[in-house]
Amino acid sequence: MSILVNKNTRVVVQGITGKEGSFHATQCKAYGTKVVAGVTPGKAGQEVEGIPVFNTVRDAVKKEGCDTSLIFVPPPFCADAILEAADAGVKLIICITEGIPVNDMVKVKRALAGRDVRLIGPNCPGVITVDEAKIGIMPGFIHKKGIVGVVSRSGTLTYEAVHQLSTLGLGETTCVGIGGDPVNGTGFVDVLALFEKDPETQGIVMIGEIGGDAEEKAAEFIKKNVKKPVVSFIAGITAPPGRRMGHAGAIVSGGKGTAAEKMKTLESAGVKVVKNPAEIGNAIKLALGR
Amino acid sequence: MNVHEFQAKQLFAQFGVPVPRGKEVTSPEAATAWANELNTPVFVVKAQIHAGGRGKAGGVKITKDKAAVAGLAKELIGKTLVTHQTGPKGRQVHRLLLEEGANISKELYLSILVDRDSGWPVFIASTEGGMEIEEVAEKTPEKIIKELIDPAVGFQGYNGRNVAFALGLNSIEPAAMNPFIQMMGNLYRMFMEKHAAMVEINPLIITKEKTIVALDGKVSFDDNALFKHADVQQMRDLNEEDPLEIEAGANNLNYVKLDGNIGCMVNGAGLAMATMDVIKLAGSEPANFLDVGGGATKETVAAGFRILLKDPNVKGIFINIFGGIVRCERIANGVIEAAKEVKITVPLVVRLQGTNAEEGRKLLADSGMKLEVANDLWEAAQKIVKLTGKVA
Repeated sequence: MSILVNKNTRVVVQGITGKEGSFHATQCKAYGTKVVAGVTPGKAGQEVEGIPVFNTVRDAVKKEGCDTSLIFVPPPFCADAILEAADAGVKLIICITEGIPVNDMVKVKRALAGRDVRLIGPNCPGVITVDEAKIGIMPGFIHKKGIVGVVSRSGTLTYEAVHQLSTLGLGETTCVGIGGDPVNGTGFVDVLALFEKDPETQGIVMIGEIGGDAEEKAAEFIKKNVKKPVVSFIAGITAPPGRRMGHAGAIVSGGKGTAAEKMKTLESAGVKVVKNPAEIGNAIKLALGR
Repeated sequence: MNVHEFQAKQLFAQFGVPVPRGKEVTSPEAATAWANELNTPVFVVKAQIHAGGRGKAGGVKITKDKAAVAGLAKELIGKTLVTHQTGPKGRQVHRLLLEEGANISKELYLSILVDRDSGWPVFIASTEGGMEIEEVAEKTPEKIIKELIDPAVGFQGYNGRNVAFALGLNSIEPAAMNPFIQMMGNLYRMFMEKHAAMVEINPLIITKEKTIVALDGKVSFDDNALFKHADVQQMRDLNEEDPLEIEAGANNLNYVKLDGNIGCMVNGAGLAMATMDVIKLAGSEPANFLDVGGGATKETVAAGFRILLKDPNVKGIFINIFGGIVRCERIANGVIEAAKEVKITVPLVVRLQGTNAEEGRKLLADSGMKLEVANDLWEAAQKIVKLTGKVA
């Protein structure tokens, strides 16, 4: 078992003929992911590393039975691409693209509401179920099959945590990057619920950062619904208020969304919060009694 | 991206949100000329800087004497204002807004932004106009009115009525009800069409003449959507930005200047923040946030060095790279090449992990460069703090 994606997941890559798209489609395929189709309008009939290219997601779904889309389309066209995937009947949409206008995402989120489709991202590294499917831009080799589920708003900081988990021999089940934008698809709460239900996942690492109240919402959920140990790190305790720290969503505004407040709320929900990101691995090891 | 009050008000006017008659002036002569044209009983001269708290800092002057306007303009232009939002160094005034005064009967607060929880735009309103809204929210949360707008259909009349009645406009000034609701619709249209990140009117006033007027205006725009709006891009004022941040932006680097003395260069925003945090934990303070991004090359590393070293506070540099798609040996080569172009005069600690980390570390060790190499994050942070000294 795992969450969201596994060895049977059939992936279509939107924007597959672009520089990023072709590189990562190839990497994902090499990891063992079933990358069965690509989409670039006007390029049907071409192939990228043996992956057939279609003009529309609808065609890709019809011919190759894709259930998941991985998006590398440039920001101005990304809202269009997400909605196209949803309309074509794809059930899981993973959007890597950074820099989508917030108002575009406002409209996309509204359009997807109530429909049988899940969006991960945008502005995220993607999802990996170790040794089964890598659907994103994370380096596959740092992962090791194991027992910890990872959910994070960040990319490289997730790799840092994964590296610690793998080195300590704990390993990971599935790692989910939910993205660094202020308006995104799947949040911490959804992923925590999935990890709680997954029999292989024994502990959870949750990596948050300043801005918004996703961590506070997660704390509330954990308090009521999560029995598995959760370890958390919140990035940005040294970030000045009112300044955007790289991610569009990483900003303390009007005194809200500080790292200190998030840490306090998570601790009061029974989460083990580490102040030093180098201690994430050891903390979950301890919490799991290993 | 932030803009000045006078620019915000120009946009308000474009979208049918009433504002006082006013104009940007940059010299006492221009102020006199505009004062003559404006011809009003009360003149308001407002310093234009990207920071709130201007009134308390002496950046807003009011006079009934037309002849005094030039003198006030002269006093304000070139003056450095220190407010709670500028930091201790303050901000120098280069531009003024000269506008007509208003007869205030009631001050309100109104803003619009995206509610991150629902992903819907939300209006925030209060009867406590003219106050810091954060303070109102903390002390009297019952005085904060929130109205979510369904983006599928946009602003509806009922959204406006919900807010107007909650504010008690029907008893404060019934004649202002409909203009207020209409104004909210216009503001929503501006917010969506121009891809604003936040629009704040504080105070929004009801005049003694029973009209609605935006007496102040603060607008910021979504950087990700600037490519759609050439007119908004033109409103950028580089005087209001840190020169190092401008240079970083020109090199596609994500840099935020801070006050500490350890410069850091990291790939990825989350890891960059975590690196700052770990420096603090090790007993020092970060000089900056710097994300060189996923596609770091020799050129970006060199540009990063140049920017870090231009900050006179920087006493040491910490490079923290977790190689994923970025390969560590490339970063190592970038550091070695960049060091030939940029003279590095402070201690340097490089931590490489991930793809080809060992190869990268070996390249650095064999380069003859004066630097320390580290494997893990905490070890690296302690090393750089040891080399530069702890701060209290």
